Amino acid sequence: MNRSMQALESGWKWAVQTARLCCGVPDYDAYVKHLREHHPEREVPSYKEFFRERQVARYKGGGGRCC
Amino acid sequence: MHAAIPKPSPASKILWVAIAIVGAFCLGVVALRRGEPINAIWLVAASIAIFVIGYRFYGKFIEHSVLQMDPTRAPPSVLRNDGLDYVPTDKWVVFGHHFAAIAGAGPLVGPVLAAQMGYLPGTLWILFGVVFAGAVQDFMILGLSLRRDARSLGHMLREELGPVAGVVAMFGVLVLMMIVLAVLALVVVKALTHSPWGTFTVAATIPIALLMGVYLRWFRPGQILEVSIIGLVLLLASIWFGKTVADSATLAPLFDFDAKALAWLLIAYGFCASVLPVWLLLAPRDYLSTFLKIGTIALLALAIFLSAPTLQMPAVTKFIDGTGPVFQGGLFPFLFITIACGAVSGWHSIIASGTTPKLLANEGQARLVGYGGMLMEAFVAIMALIAASSLHPGVYFAMNSPAAIIGSTVQDAATTISQWGFVVTPDELLQTAKNIGESSILGRAGGAPTLAVGMAQLLHNIIPGGSMMAFWYHYAILFEALFILTTVDAGTRVGRFMIQEIAGLIHKPLQETESWTGNLLATAICVALWGYFLYQGAVDPLGGINTLWPLFGIANQMLAAIALMLCTVVVVKLKRERYVLVPGTPAIWLIVCTLVAGWEKLSGPISFTAAAQKYAQAMQDGKRLAPAKTPAAMQQIVTNNYVDMALTGLFMLLIVAMLGFSLRALIRAWQTNHPTAHEEPYVALSSVTS
Repeated sequence: MNRSMQALESGWKWAVQTARLCCGVPDYDAYVKHLREHHPEREVPSYKEFFRERQVARYKGGGGRCC
Repeated sequence: MHAAIPKPSPASKILWVAIAIVGAFCLGVVALRRGEPINAIWLVAASIAIFVIGYRFYGKFIEHSVLQMDPTRAPPSVLRNDGLDYVPTDKWVVFGHHFAAIAGAGPLVGPVLAAQMGYLPGTLWILFGVVFAGAVQDFMILGLSLRRDARSLGHMLREELGPVAGVVAMFGVLVLMMIVLAVLALVVVKALTHSPWGTFTVAATIPIALLMGVYLRWFRPGQILEVSIIGLVLLLASIWFGKTVADSATLAPLFDFDAKALAWLLIAYGFCASVLPVWLLLAPRDYLSTFLKIGTIALLALAIFLSAPTLQMPAVTKFIDGTGPVFQGGLFPFLFITIACGAVSGWHSIIASGTTPKLLANEGQARLVGYGGMLMEAFVAIMALIAASSLHPGVYFAMNSPAAIIGSTVQDAATTISQWGFVVTPDELLQTAKNIGESSILGRAGGAPTLAVGMAQLLHNIIPGGSMMAFWYHYAILFEALFILTTVDAGTRVGRFMIQEIAGLIHKPLQETESWTGNLLATAICVALWGYFLYQGAVDPLGGINTLWPLFGIANQMLAAIALMLCTVVVVKLKRERYVLVPGTPAIWLIVCTLVAGWEKLSGPISFTAAAQKYAQAMQDGKRLAPAKTPAAMQQIVTNNYVDMALTGLFMLLIVAMLGFSLRALIRAWQTNHPTAHEEPYVALSSVTS
């Protein structure tokens, strides 16, 4: 029971991460972890700020999608 | 460094022999059975077997021998990890992202148009094209980019072939993009012409997206899933309400437009959407269209598996001789131009050297994402071909032939098409139109409507119900229109930045992307560029798709040829000359196809030149040819054909120039006795990860 719940949870996490990445929004937790580890002096943005920054960055150019 | 291919166990040997036998048998049924219609499942099974074998053997051969991918080597995502663009990511997440980025309208439209030659030529080209060309290109470009700090295609071309080659190729990409946007927008125009139901639902996506944008900005920032579900529910409601609009005498005329009016509306819309802040309109539509796209592709697969349709189109029709109504030109080279995405698409080389190499956590996963992702797209193309081939051929030709050939009434159309050997009655054509809730199905070229009818029939087979077929038809139209329009908006924005960059070389302030003058000016230029071709398609005597799709195909395959030439040069530069034919053969094949197709479009009976001269001659004789009603319209058609001619010539020059640059680099590398490729130095993965 516990195991299948875990599988379900990781499956859901995978789906959310993929869906967000398809829209140009990378994993927030990974970014926060990266900031804490490598740039402890920088302020950690809230998910809202992070999301807005990525939303604008996605349409900055570079092709990015197919016909 | 060079990992050896592990020896297979006896059990796996038996498994692969079994897959090969099943695949060969299914392909034999598809290719050889004549006289009786076959079931689509044979085609699906043959495709899956070929994909699996191609992935396991040819993909692995490229991975180990040609690219020599090394799982112990640190990829860019690890070396430059910034938590945003460069992030080591789970391979299946990267696969999903890569597939969503490469899959678009291309693999859905091309195979539908190619079905005029029967299902067999298209099937064979998709299956063998993807294994030996398309997937090779995607995988190899991804592999090269992984070894070069995830650099872009343009950057790699500059480094490996020289700065001039890089500039020439990037210019080609900009022109290709304008053609892509115009052709895709034309597909939408063709689907919505005099269709109040379709036009209403597509128009409804604008307020829905605005609502989603505001919700995502102010109420629940960043909750994409939640807002997408709300958007989807509203979209389905708008399809439902579309029927009421179409049936109403007061509302229907408000959404009833001809092709020209729709072209102008799309041009105006494209301008607004790419000038407005992205969070308001562009981004929310993008989310909706991405999820709808993946969902609908899954639905199509489910429908094909569950309803297992019979292919009504013959395996090969007489139109392989080049007299077909949907597009002109013989099997060689035009089949290989018409089906671009799905078999091999140059556009993918931009994505395979874009975000994907920045996410891949290990070189050992490149085959899954690069080669495997392209096989998935080929499978989408096969499904589109099945949907088109499972339609009554009479209905297929009625939808896709220009009025200049089959006439504009159901009686004329039925007579002409029956003479071709695809017996159909006017009643059958009327009934099909009625089933899908439209007034007419004639002259709906462009792939989207045909696919929509095919999909509607397949889904109707599984979930029957009175008016459900019309619902499914408009759902399929909406899904295609939505993601095509998202491509148009995003493409206009990207084009705008490219133009601003070029303009900045002349006058620096124009480069400011935040400045309204530079912004509006560059957007207007970009919209005018694709808008010109879109409008040209809307007034074209042969309905537009017939004229513009080959131009798109030539441009797209040209880019694929450039990407494969780069791969060929790099293989030689790495001193792995014995594998030069792996990217070399598809490169040569595509160069030959594009040049021959280009030449036939420049001179001969199906050329733009011939079309221009025909109208110019008629003008001199004081005659008027349909659909032009005024001398000015006649002149317009002549000019349009000359523009297309010049563009074809330009593409041919471009590819010859790139061939020259590649050969120069290749010969130089061949004569050098040490590797000269610009790879980044080896860093062990174990040394950077703890």
